[in-house]
Amino acid sequence: MPKVSMTVNGKRVSANVDARTLLVQFLRDENRLTGTHVGCDTSQCGSCVVHVNGKAIKSCTTLALSCEGANVTTIEGLANGQDLHPMQAAFRTHHGLQCGFCTPGMIMSAIDMVNRLGFDLSEETIRHELEGNICRCTGYHNIVKAIQAGAAAMGGMKVAAE
Amino acid sequence: MAGTGIGARVERKEDFRFITGKGNYTDDINREGQTHAYFLRSPHAHAVIKSVDTKKASGMPGVVGILTGADIEKDKVGGLICGWMINNKDGSPMRAGAHPALAQGKVRYVGDHVAVVIAETLAEAKDAAEAIKVTYAPLPAVVDLASATKKGITTIHDVAPDNQVYDWHLGDKAATDAAFKKAKHVTKIDLVNNRLIPNAMEPRAAVGDYNSGEDAFTLYTTSQNPHVARLVLSAFIGIAPEHKLRVIAPDVGGGFGSKIFIYAEETVCVWAAKKVGRPVKWVADRTEAFLSDAHGRDHLTHAEMAMDENGKITAMRVKTRANLGAYLSTFSSSVPTYLYAPLLSGQYNIPAIYAEVEAVYTNTAPVDAYRGAGRPEATFVVERIVEVAARELGLDPATFRRKNFIKSFPHQTPVIMCYDVGDYDASLKKAMEVHDVKGFAKRKRDSAKAGKLRGLGYSAYIEACGIAPSAAVGSLGAGVGLWESAEVRVNPVGTVEVLTGSHSHGQGHETTFAQLVAGRLGIPIENVSIVHGDTDKVQMGMGTYGSRSGAVGMSAIVKALDKVEAKAKKVASFVLEASEKDIDFKDGKFSVKGTDKSVDFASVALQAYVAHKFTGAELEPGLKEGAFYDPTNFTFPSGVHIAEVEIDPDTGVTTVAKWTAVDDFGVIINPMIVEGQVHGGIAQGIGQALLEGAVYNDNGQLLTASYMDYAMPRADDLPSFRVDHTTTPCPSNPLGIKGCGEAGAIASPAAMINAITDALGHENIAMPATPQAVWKAAQASFAKAAE
Repeated sequence: MPKVSMTVNGKRVSANVDARTLLVQFLRDENRLTGTHVGCDTSQCGSCVVHVNGKAIKSCTTLALSCEGANVTTIEGLANGQDLHPMQAAFRTHHGLQCGFCTPGMIMSAIDMVNRLGFDLSEETIRHELEGNICRCTGYHNIVKAIQAGAAAMGGMKVAAE
Repeated sequence: MAGTGIGARVERKEDFRFITGKGNYTDDINREGQTHAYFLRSPHAHAVIKSVDTKKASGMPGVVGILTGADIEKDKVGGLICGWMINNKDGSPMRAGAHPALAQGKVRYVGDHVAVVIAETLAEAKDAAEAIKVTYAPLPAVVDLASATKKGITTIHDVAPDNQVYDWHLGDKAATDAAFKKAKHVTKIDLVNNRLIPNAMEPRAAVGDYNSGEDAFTLYTTSQNPHVARLVLSAFIGIAPEHKLRVIAPDVGGGFGSKIFIYAEETVCVWAAKKVGRPVKWVADRTEAFLSDAHGRDHLTHAEMAMDENGKITAMRVKTRANLGAYLSTFSSSVPTYLYAPLLSGQYNIPAIYAEVEAVYTNTAPVDAYRGAGRPEATFVVERIVEVAARELGLDPATFRRKNFIKSFPHQTPVIMCYDVGDYDASLKKAMEVHDVKGFAKRKRDSAKAGKLRGLGYSAYIEACGIAPSAAVGSLGAGVGLWESAEVRVNPVGTVEVLTGSHSHGQGHETTFAQLVAGRLGIPIENVSIVHGDTDKVQMGMGTYGSRSGAVGMSAIVKALDKVEAKAKKVASFVLEASEKDIDFKDGKFSVKGTDKSVDFASVALQAYVAHKFTGAELEPGLKEGAFYDPTNFTFPSGVHIAEVEIDPDTGVTTVAKWTAVDDFGVIINPMIVEGQVHGGIAQGIGQALLEGAVYNDNGQLLTASYMDYAMPRADDLPSFRVDHTTTPCPSNPLGIKGCGEAGAIASPAAMINAITDALGHENIAMPATPQAVWKAAQASFAKAAE
């Protein structure tokens, strides 16, 4: 079995895996990072979104071997102990989750959205950008509010840091 | 409202683990030595199994075991059951076909379970499944609901040669027919309630584990009601007696009804764990979920409504044909009967109602409760026919509804239900104000200027939830009681654990239940934990569905808290050296009336356990009380939803321009969570009306078996919603709660179709109103206008 190595949430990991192993299986089964979920296997629902080299990708349709040497961030890599990433905090404040299953992917997609499009996101933009993330619980109403607020909070943090 | 008690918008206690990826769903659970199961499913909708040859597959790498229907038979594993007996019009019982967990002799739908391969890895299990040789003799598939019982049709179950499960009725036929004879106007409609696939985002999953030392089983599963699962697996399927079977439903990623039922896969995993001597894990992929989760709705209905010369409704008769699929799922039989017809009075004073329901088998996945379960179907009938009647009579739909509203309570309908309280005028008035119905005419003109059609549709729904008084449902055929249990355990330091038979899979019980307890005991909400979903921890419970966790589950907690307070007062009376009847309890403090002597809750808890202030002869130590609560009536949430749509007649695309919901849920524990429940329900209802529909081809192949083919509502299909409330507290439970989980899904399809037909100017549109269907309908409108 071929060996694959990558950095996951700042930690160097490697394993010998079946060549058909998907990134999500590598994260969940090999590394026991079970925050990344599988909701559809066909790249539609976005429960499996993680960041690879700073970009959101769907880990259920990415081969682990194709991530050799990559820098991977999962939902577990966002908070610093009790100190939440502003997007995580916004989802809680705005009740942007119910069952929580789609939530890790939603948060990872939302952060990517901010990285690409900035801190001032309109409702229309957010709804359009969420095309690849399905939620069955919330009707998206509070997810949209959470992302808008989370984006603004990320902007505020950036300003504060400068 | 400030604080964390009832009525406060408290942030959810459970969220931290979900937003940090620390949730614990069934697929996150791995047992030492675990194997992986893969189900070989029928590719045919209907076929005789001539042979199953597992020889080659058994020798493939990693294979631990292969089990088939023959093994089920040999081990005498009982069949899956339907727990609600429905009687035919003539009093004879419904016809329930056998439902083995692995097919025996015949397969009856695409996705039916033929064999299970258990292997070291999932990939190896899949590889081996491909090597199993099954010889089928295909039979004609019965797919079309309308013709499923026609003469000469292929029989699906021998017990039901014509494929009819039951032919049931409710109401007074003679009185209804008499009212129709006298009617001044009769409105008639034909409706299709489209078949839906629930699609909780977490697919179903199970891990079966067997401890040979204890001869005991553990099943981790995606269940809305682990105790019911244990009961059925023990008493009917015979896996193990209840004290030897632990069922754990950990974090569950949405249910919407589909995780109530006891399915083949969970049953097989727990049984197979003993057979192979190792834990067995199965996780559905999304296509398996589409194929084998119980579907929802799927009715054909003809309805007629009679009115007098004053526009008052005098009677209604309804004839419905319901598709129950290939086998009777756990509660399927009750959905198109007792969860449907008793709601056909809607919010209206209708003196006579008669409903007939014929349920049939088809070679499709089993159909059972899906968010609302029967009540969305009833609301769709009532709110469509009321709308059409108003249009036929040339009356404003809001005025027509108001004229026929029930105005005094309690109100006994002709179809079982006794509505306890409500104010339907108030919800309608508020909804019209919030929505700015007055401004609609202008908005319609503006749309017209842009070449768009604009429409407005009402849905004044009622539902019966808080399910349910046990004796009442027992008399109607239910196999179980529908009470709930609670146990309040006060620890010596004054923190509290509440064990509940309710199960949270997104509803936020860890927060709302804690709000109740913290407010009542005057302790910080952080000091309260809610324990649920484990039959070894919680003794018994009936689970979460039918919007019952607040009205029934929390009422059980109230009863237990009453007992805790009574016991704590006794302890306090020893601590404060006062008579028990002089002890007051308020804001977390026990005090002696007319004095400044007091002691806080935590100190009383400690004294209850150290037991230094009283003797064993005077008082039993400890502070832990349990209660069962059986409701005395259903609860009746109601409200008005207003949909406003804009249609582009050139493309057929319908945009939801505006949505207003004004609901009366009685007392609300956490408005933030309640609003979230409403949003989600509306989204599912809009999904049904605009996007979703399960499609089988003539051979019984499911064409909508992935997210590429089944249109789930995405964020840009939906608007933001205006959600508001009116309040008439429910008189039948101690908290005044009615329930909110299903209301959005119940109300919204009718509002959507009423808005679309209003925009189009004719009634000829079916769900889902896809762009193609709407485009055709719009062109028909234009052609008619040009005539």
